Amino acid sequence: MTINTLTKGGAQREQMYCLRKMERVIVAMQDPDMGMKMRNQRLLITVIPHAMTGNDVIEWLIQKYNITEEEARHLGGLLVQYGYIYPLREPRSLLLRSDDSPYRFQTPYFWTSSRWPATELDYAIYLAKKNIRKQGELVDYEKENYSILHKRINHTWDFVVMQAREQLRASKQRRKADRIVLECQEQAYWLINKPCPGAFDVLDLGPERCNVLSSRVALNADHYRREIEHSRRALGRNRVKSSICLESFMKYSEQYLHHDPIMSGCLPSNPWISDDTSHWTINTDMVGIPTRLRVERWSFSFMELLNDSMGRREFMIYLEKEFSAENLCFWVACEDLRHGESSKIILKVEEVYKNFLAPGAARWVNIDSKTMERTLEGIKRPHRFIMDDAQMHIYFLMKKDSYPRYLKSELYKNMLAKAIVPQETKKSVFPFMRRQRHSSPSPAMVTQATEDDGKAKGAGPTGTSSTTNSQI
Amino acid sequence: MDLPRVLSLQNILSLLFFLLPASALTTGIYMIFSTKPEMATQEIQPNETLTNLKAESDTLKTKLEDERAKLHDVELHQVAEKVDGLGQFIMKTRRTLKGHGNKVLCMDWCKDKRRIVSSSQDGKVIVWDAFTTNKEHAVTMPCTWVMACAYAPSGCAVACGGLDNKCSVYPLSLDKNENLAAKKKSVAMHTNYLSACSFTNSDMQILTSSGDGTCALWDVESGQLLQSFHGHAADVLCLDLAPSETGNTFVSGGCDKKANVWDMRSGQCIQSFETHESDINSVRYYPSGDAFASGSDDATCRLYDLRADREVAIYSKESIIFGASSVDFSLSGRLLFGGYNDYTINVWDVLKGTRVSILFGHENRVSTLRLSPDGTAFCSGSWDHTLRVRDRGYHLGYIPKRTTLSG
Repeated sequence: MTINTLTKGGAQREQMYCLRKMERVIVAMQDPDMGMKMRNQRLLITVIPHAMTGNDVIEWLIQKYNITEEEARHLGGLLVQYGYIYPLREPRSLLLRSDDSPYRFQTPYFWTSSRWPATELDYAIYLAKKNIRKQGELVDYEKENYSILHKRINHTWDFVVMQAREQLRASKQRRKADRIVLECQEQAYWLINKPCPGAFDVLDLGPERCNVLSSRVALNADHYRREIEHSRRALGRNRVKSSICLESFMKYSEQYLHHDPIMSGCLPSNPWISDDTSHWTINTDMVGIPTRLRVERWSFSFMELLNDSMGRREFMIYLEKEFSAENLCFWVACEDLRHGESSKIILKVEEVYKNFLAPGAARWVNIDSKTMERTLEGIKRPHRFIMDDAQMHIYFLMKKDSYPRYLKSELYKNMLAKAIVPQETKKSVFPFMRRQRHSSPSPAMVTQATEDDGKAKGAGPTGTSSTTNSQI
Repeated sequence: MDLPRVLSLQNILSLLFFLLPASALTTGIYMIFSTKPEMATQEIQPNETLTNLKAESDTLKTKLEDERAKLHDVELHQVAEKVDGLGQFIMKTRRTLKGHGNKVLCMDWCKDKRRIVSSSQDGKVIVWDAFTTNKEHAVTMPCTWVMACAYAPSGCAVACGGLDNKCSVYPLSLDKNENLAAKKKSVAMHTNYLSACSFTNSDMQILTSSGDGTCALWDVESGQLLQSFHGHAADVLCLDLAPSETGNTFVSGGCDKKANVWDMRSGQCIQSFETHESDINSVRYYPSGDAFASGSDDATCRLYDLRADREVAIYSKESIIFGASSVDFSLSGRLLFGGYNDYTINVWDVLKGTRVSILFGHENRVSTLRLSPDGTAFCSGSWDHTLRVRDRGYHLGYIPKRTTLSG
């Protein structure tokens, strides 16, 4: 697999999209009515026509896109980095200065999108020109490239030198202003296409990608038949009106607003800001008294209750009182089957059957006869998803029946009542003194400790363990 | 169409093909064609079959778009008019993780809300305690461009892969003398680069996406392929698992501009969305699981609703020219964070469609962005070799009741 940033197809196409957009911005900037006002800029003693200052560029961007100065400077900076605008003063440094430094639009001949990838011949001519014009003007990496090219395209070297000489002679006959402009244009182009090694390479794209046109997947009859089948199925699907769907987003955001630390903050404080990990320690799995927000969240949906290990524990206690705990146990066993190792599937299916489905089983679950029949039939050829129907049946049973009753129960209400609302951390007396950031035991270590004890029961870490070594 | 001189069985069938709906006969005819050895007069047929199939596929797609449009009775920002605007947010960098010697390509949070795994171009995979900024583990992969990495739910292992076309799992050992690479387990094998990987609900299964145009589900212990997902026509660049009750679906995005929703059990593509104008670099589910967002090279992020079966919002601005490489939601789903190739992070109000913040700081493109599991902070990784952990700029992380949300 090669990382060739210069291959046609994928990589170029990705770059093309943003280049075309940049070009549209550039064209808009040069619009006679709405574009920038360009004037003559003075470069030492020479007057360069059709130029603008860095400030002009930034002002125009602020006006046109209604953005802040910071963003305009950033966007303008990108236009310079990609070579669509080049500086006349200090042409080797492609930066946008927000002062009266003169800049000019790059000629479309040298646009990144039109002459890419750069050819070796062009580069050789450029380096030769520089070399001839002034001895020692070539920088180190350019000298290296020069000698490499000299070896590689030696057969056309006469042509290269001849071209270089011709171009230099032609430029001598130009006005000084034009000569400066052409030199800057060319230099900007080469700074981008052949950057100094180690310097920022704007054209660095990453691994090659494929798009549909140069597809990695055969666009044959099979592919289209699959698409047709897929479209047919999609046409038969039930859709919900947008007004109903979108309303649910409003509700969800509102419901979770106070649980979203970035929207509403978190109590007692955000650990990343205060360096105090209380917010995490009061929300661990094994904490004695949970926070109010946490208990409230259990009432948002059944999934929220089950996803919180403490919520799940509480719900189990409730179900035991109702003599329907086997439902939750069954669900947990099915989850374990679905997400566990392939090698243990057969064993787990047998266990589940023995404990929950066999007639007279210790924790027999009440599934409707059709599902039971299907499941029992499927057990003969066990696979990871064999319990899905039964699991879903029990899940919805709990969700529709036990869960709402749990939320109305004394158990839940008591939990809510004794749940704590943490105090906001007082502002530190010395706000500039940073608290010490304490390490926490790695989850990997906690599990290892549990295993070392010889008790490898259940999955996941057991919260804070007694062996709290400080890390690295 | 020229009538052949001899009406052989083949020719009668080809006539029928053009007279009757293509799909009804396609399979049959194709099978017949493929079993006939000499097809001297049939040279034109396979091509025409292909053209017709493509035409039919396109017609159906248009019809599907029309059907979807019929139920679209209101826009998201219209429904959101009754909700308060958010004003401008200020975000601050809280931690800068320096240590990678090359472009950071991918990162993932540990469930403990403070640890992070990150991978880079030079093959290094580092596990950090982002809270203290200490490096806890480091692995050097035998390949470059490690574009995918993921933390196991238990926190005991990490998975990573890239140009080696594989996804490998490294159990995290705390023995300083032990070489993590020694315990490495090769799980997934693709025929092209690995673009993304994710553990499912446990440490035992991994979902991968690849430049070979497929996604796949693997059993970690045995390395066995459990299910493969075919349907993308080009490289698949990203995937995300659905937080749904039944936990059986995931979404993937690719260079064919499509976002596909898959059933993990059957391998079928159950929904497909094609409205982006360029490669989809990142997909992420809305917290409720009813929708997902995507970030693309066309410089837009879009929101797709799964029940309405259509795109419901576009997040874009004329001044944003470069593609979005990575997207994620805040915990309540009100904010959408996008890392872009112009080195910035744009934060969008999901409901109103406006931008609430633009964050500078990275000196090269932002390649990866994730919210921490409890939503207290978000981490961005960039080609400038660093990772930054950021959150709101308010003092100590809570908002006293009297002040407003902005600032």
